[in-house]
Amino acid sequence: MATTESSSLRRTPLYDAHVAAGGKIVDFAGWEMPVQYAGIKEEHLAVRSSVGVFDVSHMGEIETFGPGAQAFLQHLLSNDLDKLAVGGAQYSVLCREDGGVIDDLFTYRTGEDRYLTVTNASNHGKDLAWFRRQAESFDCTVVDSAEASAMLAVQGPLAREVVQALSDQPLPGKFRTGRRRIDGLDMLVAGTGYTGEDGVELIMYAEHAPVVWEALLRRGAQPIGLAARDTLRLEVCYHLYGNDLMETRGPIEAGLGWACKEDTGFVGSEAVRAVRTAGPSEKLVPFTISGPGIARQGNPVVGGGEVTSGTLSPSLGVGIGMAYVPAAAAEVGTPLQIDVRGKLRDAVVATKPLYQR
Amino acid sequence: MADASYPEHLLYHPDHDWAAIDGDVATFGITWFAQDALGEVVFFDPPAVGTQVTKDEPYAEVESVKAVSDVIAPLSGEIVEVNEALGEDPEAINNDSYGAGWMVKVRLSDSSQTGVLLDSATYQGTLS
Repeated sequence: MATTESSSLRRTPLYDAHVAAGGKIVDFAGWEMPVQYAGIKEEHLAVRSSVGVFDVSHMGEIETFGPGAQAFLQHLLSNDLDKLAVGGAQYSVLCREDGGVIDDLFTYRTGEDRYLTVTNASNHGKDLAWFRRQAESFDCTVVDSAEASAMLAVQGPLAREVVQALSDQPLPGKFRTGRRRIDGLDMLVAGTGYTGEDGVELIMYAEHAPVVWEALLRRGAQPIGLAARDTLRLEVCYHLYGNDLMETRGPIEAGLGWACKEDTGFVGSEAVRAVRTAGPSEKLVPFTISGPGIARQGNPVVGGGEVTSGTLSPSLGVGIGMAYVPAAAAEVGTPLQIDVRGKLRDAVVATKPLYQR
Repeated sequence: MADASYPEHLLYHPDHDWAAIDGDVATFGITWFAQDALGEVVFFDPPAVGTQVTKDEPYAEVESVKAVSDVIAPLSGEIVEVNEALGEDPEAINNDSYGAGWMVKVRLSDSSQTGVLLDSATYQGTLS
């Protein structure tokens, strides 16, 4: 008799809602998450053309507050915290001393001395440990609020309209954040997302999530699973930790130099500066497949390098992906050959984003 | 996507393939269960006509948005025809897995192999 393996997996407050909506549940980073509902292509195109809602409650939240919070985050995160005003949002990476990427994160400044950082589900534990260890010499408090929080992403050209209709005040703009009452419930609303579409992300008390989810569905938002979340982000070349980012590679190689401000002296900044100055030996590039076939994570690139993300683009109808290639082969337009399970597929280095409305 | 079905006139391989026998030629495809597990099929990479296929061994790849999967030959023989229409319309594998979603026709090298394939009821018994 098989043991109940699922008992060790975690569920978000919306698990029952996903099952009720016809979600196909899979194990993702230790969570039982919906991979798809109506179908990947349909869900993907719904976000591109109207509005979809994603349960991303598996993602973690770390709150940092106190007089030393800004100095602490400046020390830890790669971007320049001086540029993050109250009510703002900023993307950065968390580096090891040697520049390897521990995680990529959005940080929201929710008050003068108050910040909220969203972590990737698979990295939350290690990020939290890293935050706590580094925080010892700063006058700030680090709180793990992942368990108490749920997070929904509402994305698509109609996303703001749907959420606005439920909000007590105008919504924060792009890369802005603020507290709002949505369907009467207090939460943090941020003008961010992972799809390339306009939209907002809602971070709320876990117990409020089912009511908000229902309200969004009633207003016409379609539930979107993790599979379409992946195809949507890859079309616009957003990095996925564990695929395109890892501790064995740095942010410059990954094309995230724009989010690194070495002059702030963040942990890993010396290593990052050295790579930026010397030039990286390999670079992450987007590519499109020229003929039939779909490259996948782990497929080797002929002449060196490897695919880190690959799928069929539902919007474009061709195989797309991202790969680390030698710097000399990183120019847009460079032809690549990718070994897809023994068959060589022709590809070409493309411009970001791969999909543009 | 059509509802679950497992037509009585077909023979089934436990790796979720079906075979329709017509004399010494069999048509192969994948079952409703297999296409449902795969999700939306976006690419079918057929073998060439003339290729020898071996029972229980992969003979083609079928790819969904999520992943790639091998398609297992339910019987041995030589491919005499491939469903070229799947190149343009791989979704037929989802929409009509026993009809327009057929994959290859094979001239059987050992028709006695059909004896170990499953009937519809027995195959469905393996799914629960």
